[in-house]
Parts: sequence; structure tokens; C-alpha cells
Amino acid sequence: MHQEYTVIEGDFVNAGKASSSVKKTLKQLNVDPTKIKRVVVALYEAEVNAIAHAYGGKVLVDIDSDKIKMVVADKGPGIPDIALAMQEGYSTARPEVRDMGFGAGMGLPNMQKNVDKLNVTSEVGVGTTVEMEVNF
Amino acid sequence: MTIREIAKLLNATVCIGENRMDEEVEHAFASDLMSDVLTLKETPMLITGLCNVQTIRTCDMATLDIIVVVRNKKVTEDMLELAEDNDMVILSCAYSMFKVCGLLYEAGIKPLF
Repeated sequence: MHQEYTVIEGDFVNAGKASSSVKKTLKQLNVDPTKIKRVVVALYEAEVNAIAHAYGGKVLVDIDSDKIKMVVADKGPGIPDIALAMQEGYSTARPEVRDMGFGAGMGLPNMQKNVDKLNVTSEVGVGTTVEMEVNF
Repeated sequence: MTIREIAKLLNATVCIGENRMDEEVEHAFASDLMSDVLTLKETPMLITGLCNVQTIRTCDMATLDIIVVVRNKKVTEDMLELAEDNDMVILSCAYSMFKVCGLLYEAGIKPLF
């Protein structure tokens, strides 16, 4: 099953709509609730990052019987040092992102904790792509 | 302790979730930082001063469904709609987060860690 969502820069009101929709689909498919939580927490973190740091992007989701693959690809400033961005507590978030309860430098580390496979690729001035997989 | 008893203790308004007032609550977690809420494996009641639609969305993702909003923050229509879709309880009270935590701790609500 393939699903696609568009993420718009700065659109915090709709942050999490893709994750929410994926949650409903996985529930309908009777996926283990602890796996659903891991999937949607990771996807939500990635969605918030794309809205907070980039100029918008796409969320692509592929659900198979044994796993879910998620790709969050944004057009944006990119991440100059991915290893640094993966460190808990490192953040470049703007004050308005912090006002929404995010921007504490916990997003990428929390994605890593929740998924079975994480791959972050980024080009400065072009954008960032986060690929995640959770096995059911 | 039931949600009804918590509402009474905190002198709180039930914004949504009247149908769940007799449910028991054992644990609570207090934070304005949604990033922290997203790291929880457990599903405690959330005490927060952050009052916007992302509070509700975060709780939805983290499978938390009982929220106490402190310091009389305005719970908006879009928050209520999203909470209703997810069968959540939202209590709103005038007390500070410190006072809410103190009262609940004294009444036997446990921390996660």
C-alpha cells in the first residue's frame, strides 16, 4: 500500500496529519499497537522537522505485510553535519518551533530509537531525505 | 484516583471527556516540551502548560489520552475537535503546574520515574 502526503513550510497546525493518517491505516490493518506507536512517533518527528527547518516536502509511505517504509524528503537548507544533528540536545530550531513544544534537539535521536532502520542523507542548500523502516 | 476526583481536587473544568470520568489514573507526567512526551513508552496522564493543537497531536502519537492544561490556558475549538476524534479527556485548571503536580503527588498519583 502506497501513501503520499505533502508537507508545507511553517504549517504547524497541520503537522502530524500524515502521521495521524498512517496511524489509522495501521490500526485498520491490526498492526501491534507498540509497533504503531514507534512508527508514528518517528514519522511525526520527521514531519515536524520538515515543517520546522525546510521549505516543505513530501512524505512517502509504503506498507507491506512485514514492514513499513517511510521517506520524508524536504527541500531546504540541508544539514551540514549529520553526525552533529544526530546528537541529543543539538538544535538549530527557531523560537517559533520551540513555542510549539519542539526544537530541543531530540527529534533525530528519537527517530533512531523508534525505527529498525534509519538513513539520513542531506545536501546543503538542496534538502534532506530521511528514510525509515519499522519491521512488524 | 478517578478522573472525576482529579477534576475536583484541581478545581478543574472538564473541556471534553465527560464519559470517562470514572476511569482510574495511576501515573502522571508533567512537561511543556512535546519532544519529551514523544520519548515516553508509558501512557501517563499529561500535565502541561502548552496549549495548542500540537499538544493534542503529540498525545495522539504518543497514545496519551488524558490531559490537564494548567494556568487557565484557552483550549481552542481545533484542539477539542481533534481530542474528540481520539476520545481524549481534557481538564483545564487555573493552578500553576507546580501546584497541580504537588496536589496530585500528595493524593497518590505516581511519577513514571
